[in-house]
Amino acid sequence: MTITAAQAMVRCLQEEGIRVVFGLPGAAICPFYDALSKTDIRHILVRQEQNAGHAASGYARLTKRPAVCIATSGPGALNLITAVATAYMDSIPLVVITGQVSSELLGRDVFQEADITGSCEPFVKHSYLVKNAADIPRIMKEAFHIAGTGRQGPVLIDVPSDVQTQKIPFTYPEAVHIRSYKPNLIGHPGQIKRVVSALSNAKRPLICAGGGVFSADACEALLAFSQKTGIPVVTTMMGLSCIPANYPLNLGMIGMHGAPEANRAMNSADVLLLIGARVGDRAIMSPMGLCRNAKIIHIDIDPAEIGKNIETDIPLVGSAKLILEELCERADKLHAENWSLDLQGRRAFTGESWSGVIRPKRVIQTLCKRAEEDAVLVADVGQNQIWSARGFSIPHGRFLTSGGMGTMGYSIPAAIGAKLAAPGRQVIAVCGDGSFQMQMMELATIRSNSIPVKMIVMNNSRLGMVRELQDTRYGGNETAVFLDGNPDFVKLAESYGIPSCRISNDGDIDEAIQNMLSCADAYLLECTVSPEEPTL
Amino acid sequence: MKYTISILVENHAGVLSRISGLFARRGFNIDSLAVGITNDPAVSRMTIVVDGNEYIVEQVEKQLNKLIDVIRLRRLEEGEKVSRELVLIKVECTPKTRSDIIDVVRVMDAKVSDLSKTTLTAELSAQSEKIELFCELLEPYHILEIARTGTIALDKGNATLNA
Repeated sequence: MTITAAQAMVRCLQEEGIRVVFGLPGAAICPFYDALSKTDIRHILVRQEQNAGHAASGYARLTKRPAVCIATSGPGALNLITAVATAYMDSIPLVVITGQVSSELLGRDVFQEADITGSCEPFVKHSYLVKNAADIPRIMKEAFHIAGTGRQGPVLIDVPSDVQTQKIPFTYPEAVHIRSYKPNLIGHPGQIKRVVSALSNAKRPLICAGGGVFSADACEALLAFSQKTGIPVVTTMMGLSCIPANYPLNLGMIGMHGAPEANRAMNSADVLLLIGARVGDRAIMSPMGLCRNAKIIHIDIDPAEIGKNIETDIPLVGSAKLILEELCERADKLHAENWSLDLQGRRAFTGESWSGVIRPKRVIQTLCKRAEEDAVLVADVGQNQIWSARGFSIPHGRFLTSGGMGTMGYSIPAAIGAKLAAPGRQVIAVCGDGSFQMQMMELATIRSNSIPVKMIVMNNSRLGMVRELQDTRYGGNETAVFLDGNPDFVKLAESYGIPSCRISNDGDIDEAIQNMLSCADAYLLECTVSPEEPTL
Repeated sequence: MKYTISILVENHAGVLSRISGLFARRGFNIDSLAVGITNDPAVSRMTIVVDGNEYIVEQVEKQLNKLIDVIRLRRLEEGEKVSRELVLIKVECTPKTRSDIIDVVRVMDAKVSDLSKTTLTAELSAQSEKIELFCELLEPYHILEIARTGTIALDKGNATLNA
């Protein structure tokens, strides 16, 4: 029996266990949508394609599996690029499906034609332009495999509209055979021995955990290893929340905007165990300095990351989870002295209450205190991201953000995806008034699908981080950072039927947060923030 | 320093642009790139000569290895490889200069591949250094056009790179 390639694509999604997809249709992807509508896969219609990509990213990060977003040819696909690049930088597994103009028109610059496989080449792990409908089952199978294994990332499948309507016999392949793609998961035994020996001779060993710990599903293994050995842990922003916030040996987040304790630990360690961290410039500004002080052990699934940004003494390629489990087994003799005691003691934000404006650090502190202990906080980009990251202390919570690309407009769509992936967890997006206005069309998606995400908008009427940079580095020449003409965000939310509230006094924070969290519906909380509010 | 990398890739549309795009966006300098099909029609071999240092060439290899279309690659070490490049050079050639030019062609073990009233086209297959010298020797006769294939290379002896 034959079915159309579009029906085959949908069957493939079902075979992969996909329950929810995100997208926005157009003519070139209509055959697929027609087939999709006849299944029980839930389609979330976004209001701009980029947000379908970010929502899929949030969904993938919570389900730990590749998530799917869909757009049409030309502008639809092009709108997805920012989200694809954002996912690529943070190694988030996506399967991105785009419609394409009919095969015989390819290359003729017809209406809504864009070379999306070519445009996305630098931002995808792999891509396919499907020329032969019969290849669909194999390509879909490969795409999910490539996206979700090794160093995860987005895979693009571009399907011309005529290909979608061709009839093919359908069988979903049971296995993939890609001769050039065999990610190495198991750490080299000789290197593992060297790691154990280096750690056992260390006086001040330290673990620096990055986003790769989540990708490898290695959070529990990391905690077990740290507990057994007593080695303290710092995280990058992408690694934030991979270890419980209240774990005594969690020294916090490193980097340009990190906790002083964590950065001091990085500079004091004599053996540094980097796990799934690519030594990005915002996390580790001077890798050369670190190498001088410490022996560097670098664990990563991607061999290309080892030696790229930092010289490594002991490279170890493989799955962080398997390697940590292995290390844990062999770590009997490792008992790091608690050298980090003098580094600890995260300071709670104190200081008098202000009125007229809200202090964002107090908002984040209150939020983390009032939220359920496994709540998900999705930070946007800008000052709000740093306030959120530095203040994050939800004990078993999850912190999501666009770490590598720093894409404004990430938080709300990603929160939508996260909430759909984990309906039982509270999901709170924190953004600024600048980033909010890059994604506020998604209030309609939230409303029409009744997705109870919470949104906090830190409104300082500025592109605050740029404003601060101009103050410190450009002689106070504040330019193009004034968000005059902001709408009334409370009324805006109300117009979408989303409950909302504005607060302007520190004294109102606690009650407002509690109201927001206890509301069964989506909720928007606007905080009036001083334009002069610093990041740190 | 120059490094020669031999790469076996899937013989698909778009592979060349993936590889050249990778070089461009990561700022790696390609001296030459030559592609051709192998005895397995599904596989092409690329020979890329990279200009850089040890760090760069290691990154090149690792990043190339991440491309799904790259089946296998190997750095071919100096002294352990056979490498050749083919050049076609068209020079101005009059009855007066013809015998001098043909002398150069003979001495360099090149061949005359085309002759006209006013031009001579010579071909030479050799290592890049010899090709440079050949071009230099023909320079005084006024070179009209040059086409070079870029270096191709294989390991010496029984070492092979197979898909």
